[in-house]
Amino acid sequence: MIARLMVLAMAVFLVAFLVTPESFAGLFRPLTRNNAPAIYTQTGLLSLTLSHLWLVALAVTASTVTAVGLGVLVTRPAGREFLPLARTVTSVGQTFPPVAVLALAVPAMGFGAGPTLVALFLYGLLPIFENTLTALSTLPPSVVEAARGMGLTRRQQLWQVELPLALPVILAGVRLSTVISLATATIGSTVAARTLGEVIIAGLLSANTAFVVQGGLIVGLIAILIYEGFQLAEKAAARRIGLAPQH
Amino acid sequence: MIRIENLTRIYDRTPVVNDVSLTVGAGQIAALVGTSGSGKTTLLRMINRLVEPTSGRIWIGETDAATIAPHLLRRRIGYAIQGHGLFPHRTVGQNIATVPRLLGWSAPEIAARVEELLHLFQLDPAQFRDRMPHELSGGQQQRVGVARALAARPEVLLMDEPFGALDPVIRARAQGDLREIQRRLGTTLVIVTHDMEEAVTLGDRIAVMDKGRLLQYGPPAEILTRPATDFVQALIGTGERPFRLLSLTRVADIREDGTCDGPAVSPESSLRDALAACLWHGRDCLPVEGGGIVTLTALRARAEGARAEAMATAGEGAQSKAPQTGGAAQ
Repeated sequence: MIARLMVLAMAVFLVAFLVTPESFAGLFRPLTRNNAPAIYTQTGLLSLTLSHLWLVALAVTASTVTAVGLGVLVTRPAGREFLPLARTVTSVGQTFPPVAVLALAVPAMGFGAGPTLVALFLYGLLPIFENTLTALSTLPPSVVEAARGMGLTRRQQLWQVELPLALPVILAGVRLSTVISLATATIGSTVAARTLGEVIIAGLLSANTAFVVQGGLIVGLIAILIYEGFQLAEKAAARRIGLAPQH
Repeated sequence: MIRIENLTRIYDRTPVVNDVSLTVGAGQIAALVGTSGSGKTTLLRMINRLVEPTSGRIWIGETDAATIAPHLLRRRIGYAIQGHGLFPHRTVGQNIATVPRLLGWSAPEIAARVEELLHLFQLDPAQFRDRMPHELSGGQQQRVGVARALAARPEVLLMDEPFGALDPVIRARAQGDLREIQRRLGTTLVIVTHDMEEAVTLGDRIAVMDKGRLLQYGPPAEILTRPATDFVQALIGTGERPFRLLSLTRVADIREDGTCDGPAVSPESSLRDALAACLWHGRDCLPVEGGGIVTLTALRARAEGARAEAMATAGEGAQSKAPQTGGAAQ
């Protein structure tokens, strides 16, 4: 109950801050020196936040479609041999530093949102893929057997039985990827993607701690709220299939 | 009717099912018995092609099973397994509706069928239709599993240890209910079990399997009195034999006139139960519900005579069992 209230308070604070950042100037003034501005105004915080979220949503959607697709492919009899390859691809995507991806992608794609999208997309594949794999390969055997025995086609088994039952675990993977991407997206501003990283970088360049803190604060709050939102969705999905809530 | 001809399945050069042939008559129950690894489950799963035979043929009625697409074949054959395998994300009603939906029945037809089956399995539709499987008891889940298998009125029902996960009390009731429903619907039933007791209780015929081979296939009385091999004998258990023979006959069949003190036994219960009741209450006779008595002398005569009688009638079918009403619906 207290946790709920805290989450609610965070949400209220975040919205209020994004809509009227100036009214919180007093809060950040102690962090500034030499009468530097307390609130970043070069670009509206709200518009930066929305563009940041949009970028993350695009990247995570692409990661989800790809990773779930791969997970489904390698758990089919015909696709089993691709399992090692898929594992390698997603692991490399995770281990390759996003900064390096940006550096490599900029010459090919130019400055802007493109390289950031690629970096986030690659970075987000692994958690979703691994969770999809785990979920699809640990379904209750009697349920899968019954689905086959009833005469569901392979496609019907996948859509009507396997994916619905795997949903809570897949959602947990999407949650991880989303939170990681929210934080990682800030580095996109080094190559001119419009994200909240812009605020943080401006703060670093002008030695204005207030900018760094407010950029980080917004990203952090959004991450917590999205994390909570996903957990609610996972619990609902788990309850639907008769599993006790996982947390 | 199911006709299996020279069915073989080979895994890694080892035959798991080896040249098995048997026929299950329309409306009959065949129980496949054997230890684990005997090939009984593989044999069952070849009937609806969950396992493809290496060689041999299966006929479902007049249809060669190999000539139909597997998923279409399976929609024609009911299938119920241990641990019920209900879809946990679907309601009881949706679970039962699985195959009718696959077959494209209309919504009112499906709803009526679900209603009918819930009634048949003594589950109040209003109360159970919209429940989730995890909200049911083990016995209720198992009944929904069988109801789902019967939903599209299959002529053939396959069951793989359907009562394995149930406690003994519920299991005995589930077996009785299954037999009654099977007789009423006239469904041809093949049931896999490792429990000889269950096989004797349910089977019109028992198929004993070991190491992929069919050792013996015949009515329970024949299996009990003339085991074909030492393995079959061991599976029956010599100590259990007289009781199993007695369990094949109903009290109604040896009821005598007269009166007697003591708790009444049901005419539908088996001689084995009557014997147990006599021994337990220390009486030489007990009244039968609805009139008449059953005596210890008659039970003993029956146990002694059952052997000779069984040997004489072996091969003619399960005559001493409840009268067959099946077959008409085929």
